[in-house]
Amino acid sequence: MTRMRVLAAMSGGVDSAVAAARVAEAGHDVTGIHLALSRNPASYRSGARGCCTIEDANDARRAADVIGIPFYVWDLSEQFHAEVVEDFMDEYAAGRTPNPCLRCNEKIKFAAVLERGLALGYDAVATGHYAQVRTGVDGLVEMHRAVDHGKDQSYVLGVLDQRQLAHSLFPLGGSTKTEVRAEAAARGLLVADKPDSHDICFVADGDNAGWLREKLGERAPNHGGPIVDDATGEVLGKHEGTYGFTIGQRKGLRIGRPAADGRPRFVLDIEPVSATVRVGPRERLAVHRLRGVDPRWCGTVPGRLDGAEVTVQLRAHGAEHRAIVVAVAGPTGTEVDVELLEPASGIAPGQAVVIYDSTRVVGSATISATERVS
Amino acid sequence: MSDAVHYLDHAATTPVVDAAVEAITAELTRGGNPSSLHASGRRARRVVEESRETIAQALDCRPGEVVFTSGGTEADNLALKGGYWARRRADDRRRRVLVSAVEHHAVLDAVHWLADHEGAEVELIGVDQHGVLDLELLSASIERSPETVALVSTMWANNEVGSVQPVGGVVAAAAPHRIPVHTDAVQAVGALPVGFAASGVDALTVSAHKLGGPVGVGALVVRRDLELTAIAHGGGQERDVRSGTLDVAAIAGFAVAVELAVKQQAEHAQRMRELRDDLVRRVLDCVEDAHLHGPSLDSPDRLPGIAHLGFAGCEGDSLLMLLDARGIECSTGAACSAGVAQPSHVLLAMGCSEEQARHSLRFSLGHTSTADDVDAVVAAIGPVVERARAARRA
Repeated sequence: MTRMRVLAAMSGGVDSAVAAARVAEAGHDVTGIHLALSRNPASYRSGARGCCTIEDANDARRAADVIGIPFYVWDLSEQFHAEVVEDFMDEYAAGRTPNPCLRCNEKIKFAAVLERGLALGYDAVATGHYAQVRTGVDGLVEMHRAVDHGKDQSYVLGVLDQRQLAHSLFPLGGSTKTEVRAEAAARGLLVADKPDSHDICFVADGDNAGWLREKLGERAPNHGGPIVDDATGEVLGKHEGTYGFTIGQRKGLRIGRPAADGRPRFVLDIEPVSATVRVGPRERLAVHRLRGVDPRWCGTVPGRLDGAEVTVQLRAHGAEHRAIVVAVAGPTGTEVDVELLEPASGIAPGQAVVIYDSTRVVGSATISATERVS
Repeated sequence: MSDAVHYLDHAATTPVVDAAVEAITAELTRGGNPSSLHASGRRARRVVEESRETIAQALDCRPGEVVFTSGGTEADNLALKGGYWARRRADDRRRRVLVSAVEHHAVLDAVHWLADHEGAEVELIGVDQHGVLDLELLSASIERSPETVALVSTMWANNEVGSVQPVGGVVAAAAPHRIPVHTDAVQAVGALPVGFAASGVDALTVSAHKLGGPVGVGALVVRRDLELTAIAHGGGQERDVRSGTLDVAAIAGFAVAVELAVKQQAEHAQRMRELRDDLVRRVLDCVEDAHLHGPSLDSPDRLPGIAHLGFAGCEGDSLLMLLDARGIECSTGAACSAGVAQPSHVLLAMGCSEEQARHSLRFSLGHTSTADDVDAVVAAIGPVVERARAARRA
């Protein structure tokens, strides 16, 4: 084995702690780093679930001490705000539903951190993500889904390109969460019982709409408007801002009257300029085609994909859908045209479409438009 | 990579000297609460009082003026909060607290707390480009309305850049109005000649672990006629202004360390100056765009053991990490919150930009430092700065 100098990104949670411990145990020269992402560390989420609090930094430091590796905190709060938080707000203001974790992986963890690490003389960044990297027959580095499909996080890593993957280590990809927790306990890492983080780290209490209402301010295109029946045009209720909605959403519409047929209504469309939220029955959510922009490929540009059946994943922890993906020339440059072989529902522009060939991640794009089953 | 560790962070804490270790371990095995009236208590009391006398002699004060505390931070808090409350109780107009802009956080945060919760009006008095208090600004501030000043506090010497403050001038400005002056002399004792009575200050903070004693003990040397309100209440062991069972072993070690540090001060300072000058000159020679912060090397207004250097185009964080990996231990000299380095308030007060304040390192020498440590820094610094600059551009 070649001994590498590795930066282990440690959030303060159990996964990244075990990942760091495994890399150190394998004989690499490991340095733990915690990314301080909040411009005001006390203001992001409090409690034990997250990656941005002083408590999390202390948990990470304690884990590094137990593992016996040096540990530093890197302040990336300005970049995080500029690249991730601002983008998150812009996307919601535009009526889309962004995934800030992908954005953070693309712009912060495997970009700002990786580049700084490489310049400082490190060879790789290790994280606690559940995904597998290995060298393929063509000599390129491939990323595959984790062995534990329930924990698989290849979706949020689908933005990484060949160079980034070549410098990434995901030591947990071959393990289940249960094994990782047991290993953490066996290693004396006190974070073994810490709950998983699920929500967006910079939204303190998980109240997305509330956070957006407070932060968007002038940027919000509207602070209220009608909720309209998509079929009849009838105004069914009012909302306090289109940024509070996601396509496919059912809860929180607060429409007084039930639909004529008594069935639940779902958000079908968000129109920030006219401040209109359109709702309708579940079957109207079905999408059979979508367009993705800003594609990022993990390996070579997959001309060979064209026409072949692949699978796509359209949201974090979402299902796999069989699809035909074709790279096309579009108004934004290369775009991907995704034909779903069976319709999928609740597909929100702004989310990523991640393309898989079996368990291998081929690439990803940002969903810009969807076409409904007529 | 060498496994040797070169410790160049003595201003953070310096190793306990052997004589202090002996005194501490001897006391730890004996026990006894100095407040107890029986024989064990009397024996412990005797150790405490003899230590107090030793410290008083070394610092040119009376034994009764030494109030033992848990360290420098508590001593600063007692002087500032206790002093402010007592002065205001005597005359409610006294709300202004004048401190230099380059104080340690133990002073700055204490007075900002007084402003936020106790109606104090804090005035941060500016410093020049070398980090030395501007006496004219201080005098002007006092003279504006001397009757409203509760107290003045200026450190004896700055912990980051090593600038020595004009304590005599501060006393001269405050004394005509009978305004009490406190000085945090944590970095100065053992490095410079420090005499309490001769200085004219009313209160002086000293900490054991900066001069070869143990962590967790220090003292506020305070004139008997300066009234202080207690900040923590209990048994009233120390003149009724400081409560808590006295740590006999730590106090014994503290006294041994102070006595030794003061006795050896001149010789120690000379040795530190020579090592420091060698370090600064050789680093400036081998690194482009490096510069020294604080008063010039030959200035008398400079602590002998501190070399605070700026390296344009680097993050201090990166430098620290790269040097640490090579066994060289130093500091960015800045305060931390959640481990995130903030630009130093000291450098900002000296007129540095945020950028300049972030690219700096503090090397601080002490009693275990050798020419070998300086050689190690000189050997490492060139490649480290080059790499940190590359990382900055990445």
